[in-house]
Amino acid sequence: MTAFTVEIRVMPRASLLDPQGQAVQHALQALGFREVGSVRAGKHLVVEVRAASREEAAARARTMCDRLLANPVTEDYDVAVETA
Amino acid sequence: MRRVAIVVFPGSNCDADTLDAARAAGSDAYYVWYRDTTLQQADAVILPGGFSYGDYLRSGAIARFSPVLQAVAAHAQAGGAVLGICNGFQILCEAGLLPGALMRNARLKFLSRPVRVRVEATDTPFTRTYERGDELTLPIAHGDGRYVADPQTAALLEAHGHVVWRYVGDNPNGSMHDIAGVCNAGRNVVGIMPHPERRNARVLGGEDGARVFLSLEARNATQHAGDMRAVDGRHLRV
Repeated sequence: MTAFTVEIRVMPRASLLDPQGQAVQHALQALGFREVGSVRAGKHLVVEVRAASREEAAARARTMCDRLLANPVTEDYDVAVETA
Repeated sequence: MRRVAIVVFPGSNCDADTLDAARAAGSDAYYVWYRDTTLQQADAVILPGGFSYGDYLRSGAIARFSPVLQAVAAHAQAGGAVLGICNGFQILCEAGLLPGALMRNARLKFLSRPVRVRVEATDTPFTRTYERGDELTLPIAHGDGRYVADPQTAALLEAHGHVVWRYVGDNPNGSMHDIAGVCNAGRNVVGIMPHPERRNARVLGGEDGARVFLSLEARNATQHAGDMRAVDGRHLRV
């Protein structure tokens, strides 16, 4: 078993309104960052996982997303595995 | 007299009001702890409002894995009546017992004020004593009340009359189709964002929410509940 650090990014689905991202976008523009286009806000989770391989760590992390970490109705996720 | 289980999660804060409202309607209401695995022969189950598990991760996302939810799901699958109010609605959606999800209010603010809703469906265990089209004033108190579902699901909700309450006049949170409450395909599982238990007596400013609880005690209340009673995880026809 090897220890892996899995970085999980959970984002509101692109087709849905993201009021938090919009609020940040407006705040950045109000501060004078005129180059800012759209902003979307999501979650970043860092999970320590023990697994036999990088692939297994990623597969387990995806299962965690499907069961708990992301809502399949409203969110998309992606998973990146680093060796701890 | 119906036996009504009020589930208490860590962070529930409308449990006592909900218990009082059910008792005021004549039900034999009692608390069930979230770690319990039996509903103690409930005829109906209510998941009350609040902030279960501090709304961490997503509202209702962690509560749905509480031990009691297995008993609630079995009760629902057997046709038993289940109502989720506010956070309870969020939990039922997260658990997949109701379609869709509740996201952050469109204008981000936590909203605590009365709203107007229209009763759209009266063939549920919690609306049978209303008339279709009745307009009610009920309080909302939520930050994550924007109902969303994919377009296919939304079309099915409308086609099959699964929208139970709709905001009228002002849509406070940006819910699609002005949805304030829905039911499942079996019509026995119902969710509502406003708080009927906070509006069940004149002293609270109105009685518009009382019939949600009185509906359970109506003479024909078992029609849609399927005459089922949960006994220690088994379901008996009564």
